[in-house]
Amino acid sequence: MFTYILYVFAAAGLVLSFLKDRQKTKAALIKALRSFENILPQLLAVLLLIGMALSILDEALISRLLGEESGALGMLIAAVLGSVTLIPGFVAFPLAASLRNAGAGYGQITMFVTTLMMVGVVTLPMETKFFGRKAAVRRNALAFVYAAAASFLIGGIFA
Amino acid sequence: MNKLKAIAKRYRFFLVFLAAHLLLLIFAPQYGVSALKKAGNNLLEMLSILPPIFVLLGLMDIWLKRETMMRLMGKGSGVKGAALAFLLGSAAAGPLYAAFPAAAVMFKKGATLFNVFLFIGAWSTTKIPLLLFEASSLGISYTLLRLGFNLAGIILIAFLLVRSLSEEDQKAISEQAQKA
Repeated sequence: MFTYILYVFAAAGLVLSFLKDRQKTKAALIKALRSFENILPQLLAVLLLIGMALSILDEALISRLLGEESGALGMLIAAVLGSVTLIPGFVAFPLAASLRNAGAGYGQITMFVTTLMMVGVVTLPMETKFFGRKAAVRRNALAFVYAAAASFLIGGIFA
Repeated sequence: MNKLKAIAKRYRFFLVFLAAHLLLLIFAPQYGVSALKKAGNNLLEMLSILPPIFVLLGLMDIWLKRETMMRLMGKGSGVKGAALAFLLGSAAAGPLYAAFPAAAVMFKKGATLFNVFLFIGAWSTTKIPLLLFEASSLGISYTLLRLGFNLAGIILIAFLLVRSLSEEDQKAISEQAQKA
């Protein structure tokens, strides 16, 4: 749905741009292609890495690791799994719901979901490319600390 | 020959993981097949969502005037600029790695680094379609509680991140953004 909206915007933008200035439109398209090619090597590597990680860590295994009374160890595993992997949200939330049904606490779930979204170890090379190593590493470290703090608080409130 | 070498160097991680997949296929086919399938699905998803994002970024790069971006989200744009960065990130679609090139264009055009990090934070966490998913999977009260935490967390992370980077660091980032 949102993808269609994006396509509509992009198409409308291109038509408008083309009507206004052909040369500039061409330059914009070349820029788009070039910046795509710029991240392609990292992107392809990330896709393969995630495929491998998820084939070994399937949903059943994740549920077992974070399930009932996994406690502090479960928090730690949730943090590591969430930080390393990268799963689209429409897969992550149903997975979180099935974790809930498997008996995982809200603390573990929050840790998993929050690190999943904010911390990306496998995408670090791509982030570095745009922001440099220092900023990229620090952003991920801060996000990790935040995720841990939020998970313990939310886990406490929601228990 | 040199050109081939340069390409191989750029794609070295990809080649390494590709080799790992082949080994997995030979020695542990049950994992290898599923890994390739998952990578293939991710690739299709990426190919469906990235083209319009990059076209929009290209158009923005060419047409958006630096003065406009500076006025909207640059120094002195205040709370309004921050709110706009937040809204833009929340309205976005696509995985976090698509946010980095978008953020680089914003920064290049004169948005403050603080607003750029707000944008990345919002893109990672407060996307509207994702919130709907979360509410239907985990309940509204949990979703709202986490959203409240996340709003504060994103602002805090952006603030600490900018403070931790020296003038020189920020200049280096700006130079890197020019190249992207």
